[in-house]
Amino acid sequence: MARRRLTRVLPGIMMWLVRIFFAVVLAFPFYWMLITTFKRNTDLNNLKNNPFLFNESPTLDHLKLLFNETLFPRWVMNTMFAGLIVVIITLVLAVPAAYALARLTGQWGAQLGIGIFLTYLIPPTLLFIPLSKVISFLGLQDSLWSIIIVYPTFTIPFSTWLLMGFFKSIPRDLEDAALVDGLTQWGAFVKLVIPMSVSGILTVVIFAFTLVTQEFVYALTFISSAAHQTVGVGVPTFLIRGDVYYWGSLMAACLITSLPIGFLYNLFLDRFIEGFTVGAVK
Amino acid sequence: MAVVETRKLNKVFKRGNVGAVVNVDLQSREGEFLVLLGPSGSGKTTLLRMIAGLEEPTSGEILIGGKVVNDLTPREREIAMVFQSYALYPHLSVFKNIVFPLKAQGVAKAQRQKQAEWAASLLGIQHLFERKPRELSGGERQRVALARAIVREPKLFLLDEPLSNLDAKLRASAREELEQFQKRIGTTAIYVTHDQVEAMAMGDRVVVMSQGSVRQIGTPADVYDEPADTFVATFLGSPPMNILPGEDVIVGFRPEHFLPPGVAERLGDHISFGFQISHGEYLGAERLLYGKIAGGAFDGRKAVSRIPATHAVSLPDGSLQTFAVALSDVKFFDPGTEKRTSRRSIPV
Amino acid sequence: MIRRQRWLGPAMFMPAVAYILALVGVPFVMAFLYSVSDAKVGSVSYHYVGLQNFISILHRPAFIRALQDSFVFTITSQVLVLIGANILALSLKDAFPGRRFFRFLILLPWVAPVSIGSLGWKWILDSLYSVISWVMVRMHLVNQYDTPMWLGEPKLAMMSVILVHTWHMLPFATVIILAGLTAIPKDIPEAAAVDGAGFFRTTFQITIPMMLPIINVAVLFGAIFTFTDMTVIYILTRGGPYDTTQVIPTEAFFTGILGSDLAEGAAISIFLVPLLIIAAYIALRSAHRAEVT
Repeated sequence: MARRRLTRVLPGIMMWLVRIFFAVVLAFPFYWMLITTFKRNTDLNNLKNNPFLFNESPTLDHLKLLFNETLFPRWVMNTMFAGLIVVIITLVLAVPAAYALARLTGQWGAQLGIGIFLTYLIPPTLLFIPLSKVISFLGLQDSLWSIIIVYPTFTIPFSTWLLMGFFKSIPRDLEDAALVDGLTQWGAFVKLVIPMSVSGILTVVIFAFTLVTQEFVYALTFISSAAHQTVGVGVPTFLIRGDVYYWGSLMAACLITSLPIGFLYNLFLDRFIEGFTVGAVK
Repeated sequence: MAVVETRKLNKVFKRGNVGAVVNVDLQSREGEFLVLLGPSGSGKTTLLRMIAGLEEPTSGEILIGGKVVNDLTPREREIAMVFQSYALYPHLSVFKNIVFPLKAQGVAKAQRQKQAEWAASLLGIQHLFERKPRELSGGERQRVALARAIVREPKLFLLDEPLSNLDAKLRASAREELEQFQKRIGTTAIYVTHDQVEAMAMGDRVVVMSQGSVRQIGTPADVYDEPADTFVATFLGSPPMNILPGEDVIVGFRPEHFLPPGVAERLGDHISFGFQISHGEYLGAERLLYGKIAGGAFDGRKAVSRIPATHAVSLPDGSLQTFAVALSDVKFFDPGTEKRTSRRSIPV
Repeated sequence: MIRRQRWLGPAMFMPAVAYILALVGVPFVMAFLYSVSDAKVGSVSYHYVGLQNFISILHRPAFIRALQDSFVFTITSQVLVLIGANILALSLKDAFPGRRFFRFLILLPWVAPVSIGSLGWKWILDSLYSVISWVMVRMHLVNQYDTPMWLGEPKLAMMSVILVHTWHMLPFATVIILAGLTAIPKDIPEAAAVDGAGFFRTTFQITIPMMLPIINVAVLFGAIFTFTDMTVIYILTRGGPYDTTQVIPTEAFFTGILGSDLAEGAAISIFLVPLLIIAAYIALRSAHRAEVT
């Protein structure tokens, strides 16, 4: 009897151990950022101190330094601005394209959709060398506009793919009804399909925006001045003076950047995953 | 002038495949309720969608009000359509659904309000104006779809199986209501269904379709009593017409005309068959008797008889009886074309 | 639809296609053209030099090493990701109190910018103030004056970048596998339970085989994102110490961008293409299956 109870309870306990173990390991760096942000340098640099505890009173010095004496606020603004423009370009190009490929072009539209999605798999590390030439040809080297122009090459394919799935799930009857009710095909798209797809479009907005904060290779390659950088490159490459790491401020910057993006992305995660798993989950 | 006319209309979806709609010639009459009836895959919905302008014909012409409309978009055809799923716009309230066609045409706001109230009052749904489609019952959804269809007073009404999403109980009353409604507004309607009961009950005329072609057009009584071929004969009626293939003719008669001994003698001109009853089914108001023809040119062919339960004759399972059909109730079909022939006698 | 609207579809997707062709298609072709030229950052004319760049880089021991390390980096981290993600996904499959919160914590390494997360690890793996070393000292596993140089010794550095990359990719694979797990109809494991299968039998003979298509997806994207990524390594070690953590993408970056040798850099990055072709083929096959079903 006791053994039976044990075998019944054991998987549950194991599950919890697994969950806690992974949560601790995966979230640990963020916890560590939090602790470091508020610790005094003398506390951080004393090897005798227990690094898990506040051995001296917490401080806001690192945050003050970050916002008053570094380019961090500038990078945040750059990132927001680039994010906004990338989102606009993505929506203007991907939403109509996805609708056309999902609805107006039949079988070969689906093929073209897969083709566009495949370009998402071509990595920056294959394209950055020729693209740097293209960027300098366009006169955009060391400008925020270089990445604004290039990032839609990620966001358009994935967004088109996501939205194609979304548009296909809208019953065809609705669009037919709108046509009979007196709209043109374009009118049905603007007045019926887009209002019905708000959540899909919002997903694309979040995806495009978070991508701008996450991308590293292109921004590192095309932008050389600290003042034009985004957060993702500025913090790890320009917040270090010579060989000196201001760990407190660095970790503060990491924390401030990660958590909002993490939170936003988390809200729409299930839809992103749908984009990757089309065909495999049935 | 016909409201809708099709001339040699064809639709082929994939090159090389058989047509979904084959050489359909159709003429509707002013104000009539025309039913397109056929099994799934018979091309009836494709035909309707071509009339609506949602599918492009491969060849042939479609005329609405005497004008060729092949090149017109759905919006230019000034028609209204009710879809099988009702296709209510899920993000819009009932009121906004109903005024949607008016808005699309640029009707002024005050006029929209007036017309929406008129349409809603015809269907008794004014109290639902603020609801969203997902908050409505099946019957309410159907009414909203109808209101949206009539709100701009179209020349023509197209309905694609609008009752098939309702449960059986609701369907009978909705059928009745829809029929009354069409008579009241007097707009020509084309109604697609696979349900023969709907077709018979509602249609002024019924177009029976199979494999893309029109098999017969006529009043419900025409297509039931005088089927043009064996397909129509067996598609209509439940149980379907008994079809007895013989050497050089196919003979058909309805189960309710296949009469037991005692009744047959009073018929006058009639044909008698030996009927080996295998089993009977008691259905309350009537009895169905299943069995085989015994002897003669049709020996061994399956047949069904349907007799009122009030007819109190003992017809036990396994017994051999003599049944009869009045000569006027026997239909003769050509074994090659399966169409009706002028022959009026059976081989012995 | 009706004849005169045929142009609408192409008009709606052509802008997007043109954009992609201009900024992915053209550079993609240019990458190949550069790899058979002698282009430098400043050069204006184009000279075809055949396979000379490829011959030159294949003669460089550093490149061969980077090529090998790319595979070590990708395969090791993907194996770890796969094992971890399957275990983690199984533990998250059923509802439990706090599931959303756990999911948020577990997802952080994927959703936070990878450069930022890597920077966090750089601090955790600091040569002097590493918290890991501190714990090991306290547990008397290492000597206080001889703590491990996590990013400064070749073997440890490779291990560190692999583990940090695994940390980054694990959540992505987990949520994909989780999506697959929740898509398995509930009645199938239930039928297995009625048929007398226990937890392990159900897991290994029912769940995992049914999960194979989705695991393929996780591996496919994981392998591409890993093989072509340079962020973790760039932040943590910049390929060091002594080029022992160089992989193809970092080699291409240091040669082509920082070293200004566009031609050789392009030739190096061309070595990413075969993997991409295999991945594209697998992706196409699964997309095709999606069309059929």
